[in-house]
Amino acid sequence: MSAAREKVLQLLPPLLLIVLIGLVGTTVSAGTKTEFTGVLVNIAIVIALYVFIGNSGVISFGQIAFVAIGAFAAGVMTIPSEVKPTLMPELFPFIANHSISSFESLILASLLGAFIAFVAGIALMRLNGLAAGIATFAVLEIVHNVLRFWEKIGPGAKSLALIPETTGLWEAVLGALFCAVIAFLYQHSRSGRLLRAAREDAPAARAIGVNIHLHRLFAFTLSGALAGLAGGLLVHQIGSITTEQVFLQLTFITLAMLVVGGMGSLWGAVVGGALVSFLNVYLLKLEAGASVGPIHIDLPNGSTLLIIGVVMASIVILRPQGITGSRELSPRRWLGRRRRGASTSPPPPVADAPKAG
Amino acid sequence: MNWIQTLVDAIGLGSVYALVAIGLALIFGVMRLVNFAHGELITAAGYTLVVAHALPVPVAIALAVLVAVVLAWLMERVAFRRLRNAQPATTLVATFAVAFALEAVWLIAFGARGESADLLSSLNEPAIQTGGVTIRWVTIAMLGVGGILLGATTLLLNRTKIGLQMRAAAADFRAARLLGVRADAVISAAFVISGVMAAAVAILLTAQQPLVTPTFGLEITILALVGIVVGGMDRLTTATMGGFAIGFLNSLLGNLLPSSERVYLPSAVFLIVIIVLLVRPVGLFAPRGASTAERL
Repeated sequence: MSAAREKVLQLLPPLLLIVLIGLVGTTVSAGTKTEFTGVLVNIAIVIALYVFIGNSGVISFGQIAFVAIGAFAAGVMTIPSEVKPTLMPELFPFIANHSISSFESLILASLLGAFIAFVAGIALMRLNGLAAGIATFAVLEIVHNVLRFWEKIGPGAKSLALIPETTGLWEAVLGALFCAVIAFLYQHSRSGRLLRAAREDAPAARAIGVNIHLHRLFAFTLSGALAGLAGGLLVHQIGSITTEQVFLQLTFITLAMLVVGGMGSLWGAVVGGALVSFLNVYLLKLEAGASVGPIHIDLPNGSTLLIIGVVMASIVILRPQGITGSRELSPRRWLGRRRRGASTSPPPPVADAPKAG
Repeated sequence: MNWIQTLVDAIGLGSVYALVAIGLALIFGVMRLVNFAHGELITAAGYTLVVAHALPVPVAIALAVLVAVVLAWLMERVAFRRLRNAQPATTLVATFAVAFALEAVWLIAFGARGESADLLSSLNEPAIQTGGVTIRWVTIAMLGVGGILLGATTLLLNRTKIGLQMRAAAADFRAARLLGVRADAVISAAFVISGVMAAAVAILLTAQQPLVTPTFGLEITILALVGIVVGGMDRLTTATMGGFAIGFLNSLLGNLLPSSERVYLPSAVFLIVIIVLLVRPVGLFAPRGASTAERL
């Protein structure tokens, strides 16, 4: 089996898992179907995070800013222009007078996410480690602050409502599949490989002539585009949104998904996204009060965060590479064609942070 | 409100941020751990003051310090001790997770709306009033407590055995261990001190504004963390100055921005942060010639 086919086979497990969630989603009740759709949108967001964090090894707290930009751009532009003046009287005329279709709004969300990530990235990608983490966090704060108070571009602190709810189960499946394929193509592209090399050993990569800044910028921009797209999917799924829904809590929970799955692989991003999303959905149900068989469970508000926080901390402490070990799942391994020696001593797991430098 | 008043208030708030920064920088110094969960120590002390507000003030304060110290020690013992050899990104995410889990505990125990720790609000009375400038007792307390704790920490680090060991551990942890410094003792000591700092911050903040919410400590910690990275987190002094600077800047800009633009204060502060990080990635107050290599 050639190396190229082996690579393509590695793409199959993430794609199959996404399709499987979609298929199971068609068999459940309408209410549960919405939850499955939400899980798929979360997976799209986690893949967007993975494209930058996984490949570069730089922790970014800022990618949710691009989800927010995508969500509000797609939401504001798809509300019928007749109702915009009453909902948002302060809007710039060119935003107030135009409306686009949901599909067009997703393209707009991706482009806007990519553009703002690119502009921010030009400056920020020169930073390493903690300084980079803090600077990306600053981007999140600024985007949140502007979206919350600038009523010429959106609803401000009010809820943005009446958005067409066009993200159904299959739209979400397609969106997540699209993100997974792009992420896969990027991680096997020349730029993706060089960036991963720089993640493992920055001084060595620099010494052989890798322009780390350039490749980080590319990954950051691509991640911004996918995050914008995921934001567009999100807003068309839930139909109304406030700035608080795409801020610290979403940053925490999506980062938890990536870490739990394993931040070094696409498979890890998809598995973590699916597992933690389902956990989140069902814990929130228990918070609202639900009956499991004869037992009525009513968890206090905040239990979901507590349990996910504890799960995330435990995984980070006990299994820092995540439940997938930050490796892709190779179907070949399942077919038993690997050499014995290789299967008993797997390659050392990838480091998840850049060396200083 | 004239500019002297603005400066006085900014210096008071800067001192509180400096105290948060010391707590963070001590932990970072000895174990290269960025403790997002430090804010939860502040919140824990804040809620202790809420619960104990009917008790005599000294007892309530002692309880707040005790709770913060015990929680700090527990955090290290249960979670962070296992992370000593982990990658910086891993530890960062772990402290982030601990912070959110504890925040959920406050949410479950006390609700989202916040409780009042109305115990020292008499400190809001003006102490000195001259020519339109009002200096409140709480500002004096912030400066006084900030100065005393900063001085005490300096003395501890420079004049005691455990302080010497902490400085040695901060300089080179492995070498210090080889020379017989007991790692567990040093790290526990650092966490205990950071607990004391957190309690002091909680007391000062509730004196100024008694409402304690589940995110009471998180917000100031995030901003102080930004401050110490901007200031230069390798050294206790530069980190503390960075913490002071961000508190000072926040208060100053809050008063200088026209009221219609004041809602954009976080944007202004974080924009300045990004610019400073780009111009001086090693830290604003770091000595010339310091390299980024020794940073995370």
